[in-house]
Amino acid sequence: MPINPKDIEWVEEPAMNFWESTYLPAVFDGLRTTGQHVADFHPVTEFYPEQKPDLPSHYRGVHRLNRDDKGRVKCVACMMCATACPARCIDIVAQDAPKDDPHWADRDKFPKSFVIDELKCIYCGMCEEACPVDSIELTNIFDLTGMSRQEMMFDKEKLLSVFDQTKDSAHNPVRTHKGKLGHASDFTNLHTLGPATSVRADDRSAKANSAGVIE
Amino acid sequence: MLEQIINWFPEWARPFIMPMLTIAIVLQVNLGVCSYLILLERKLSAWMQDRIGPNRVGPWGLLQPVADMLKLLLKEDVIPGHVNKFLYVLAPGISVFTTMLAFAVVPFGPVPRNLSATDGQFPYIIAPGVDLGLVFIFAVTSLAVYGIILGGWASNNKYSALGAMRASAQVVSYEIPLGMSVVGLALLTGSMSIEKILLHQADAGILGWNIWFQPLACVIFFAAAMAEAQRLPFDLSECEQELVGGWHTEYSAMKWGLFFLGEYTHVITISFLTSILFFGGWHFPWIAEPDSQYLGSTLVKVLVLLTKSFAFIIVIQMLRWTIPRFRFDQLMGLAWKVLIPLATLNVVCVMIVKQFHLNEWWLLPMSAALFLGAGLIGTQSSRPFARRTSEPVAEAHGHHAHAH
Repeated sequence: MPINPKDIEWVEEPAMNFWESTYLPAVFDGLRTTGQHVADFHPVTEFYPEQKPDLPSHYRGVHRLNRDDKGRVKCVACMMCATACPARCIDIVAQDAPKDDPHWADRDKFPKSFVIDELKCIYCGMCEEACPVDSIELTNIFDLTGMSRQEMMFDKEKLLSVFDQTKDSAHNPVRTHKGKLGHASDFTNLHTLGPATSVRADDRSAKANSAGVIE
Repeated sequence: MLEQIINWFPEWARPFIMPMLTIAIVLQVNLGVCSYLILLERKLSAWMQDRIGPNRVGPWGLLQPVADMLKLLLKEDVIPGHVNKFLYVLAPGISVFTTMLAFAVVPFGPVPRNLSATDGQFPYIIAPGVDLGLVFIFAVTSLAVYGIILGGWASNNKYSALGAMRASAQVVSYEIPLGMSVVGLALLTGSMSIEKILLHQADAGILGWNIWFQPLACVIFFAAAMAEAQRLPFDLSECEQELVGGWHTEYSAMKWGLFFLGEYTHVITISFLTSILFFGGWHFPWIAEPDSQYLGSTLVKVLVLLTKSFAFIIVIQMLRWTIPRFRFDQLMGLAWKVLIPLATLNVVCVMIVKQFHLNEWWLLPMSAALFLGAGLIGTQSSRPFARRTSEPVAEAHGHHAHAH
């Protein structure tokens, strides 16, 4: 469809005044500006390898897996991050927590293996948003290098070691609960979830008195 | 002492000794100065942009030119498969050769009067006594466009070809104001020899510098010379945003370095020419007069000339980051509608003054009047391309498929 000529507004080039049309004052004006920068020199350069940039706390860098107050991996292997991940770079194998071990008595599941492909990752932070227990987080580490693709597959131990490296730094992400598990992992006394909408009579989960447990 | 060394040679070789020595000195100094001018330009542009610039190689980055030179020499010299090899290799050579050749008639110090090639006096000019020095310079520097056109054409690349086309149109256009702007000087001095124009000013003192009589010609000369050297704001032949690298897109390693060297030698030449033609060359009141004979006066004269030229190099480098690049029609408009008429009228003014034996100081108000007149005409000029008066093109038939 052609543009209606009535909708077109022609903007006139403003007429130049006398000094503008002689060019030279503008040139000297520009030289004054650039000359002032040379004379009054305040560089904004950061000497990068020696001087690390001061990144904001919400910077999204390398992932870490947080530990809870007992030093265990906080992750409950719910697969929410792997589901949310648009790049599909998270690979989790879940395992039941050993019930007879008192160390794991309050836990239901934990990841047997947890691998993030740091080369595939687009650092969008969706995994962090999805995580119900604040386990996976993005740190301020931005200068990630490796000699091989295999090296850039970060497994559980490596992600936990990233947590150990960054937990005491000034740039500990602001989102963390610092060692406490989030409420979603508190499966011993879960809040009863009332159905938000009308449910069918045969919906077992709506009738359950605790979320996540379906008899 | 030099005379004894010269006399030690056979007679047929004697006239060649001093020019060879001068050429060797000029060439070596030029190469070194060029590389450090590139460092200076990088530093200066960094300071203007609130950056620090090269600072890793050596203290304050002072060894950066050495590193750059090594890199250019050791880099793989790629010759693409689709180029015309002979012209491709020839082009950078022409570019450097012509700009170096132009420097032959530019004095870089006090040229001795009554100079002969065999009397052992250092000439401070490669080719002394060229009476057509100005013409020689313009003839040779306009040959430099051959290097650009050949390089762009032989590269067999549309960006290179476009850059070369622009460069040729630009250089051909700016030749004219460049030549016209110094015709006035030749008329005032009565000679086209650069040495004589310099001596004429030095003999007349600081109030005899040509800048007082030809300020407009100085501005025209400087602008046109920058366009000739393809420097910003006139570097449309290699404007990165549109043409990748312009005519040297396909060049790498030292061949690219030679183009760069040629450009920088050109910048040095025009800085020398501006200071010699308009600002008295090595002359400066009290410290460097034509009759100053104190010990080291020659050195002081050389330093005065170098300082003046250095100041112009700094101005050229500052202008690079001060003025945005011209659009191509503006570039052509500036040459054909502004500089050429002004330069021609300036020559007419000089002719009037010479013909009617007026005081030369009349030229100062005349130049000012021309400048102000040009400004007044500029305010009155209409811009017909600003408004499109014709009706928009009617919709063509046969395109109703998606209209509803």
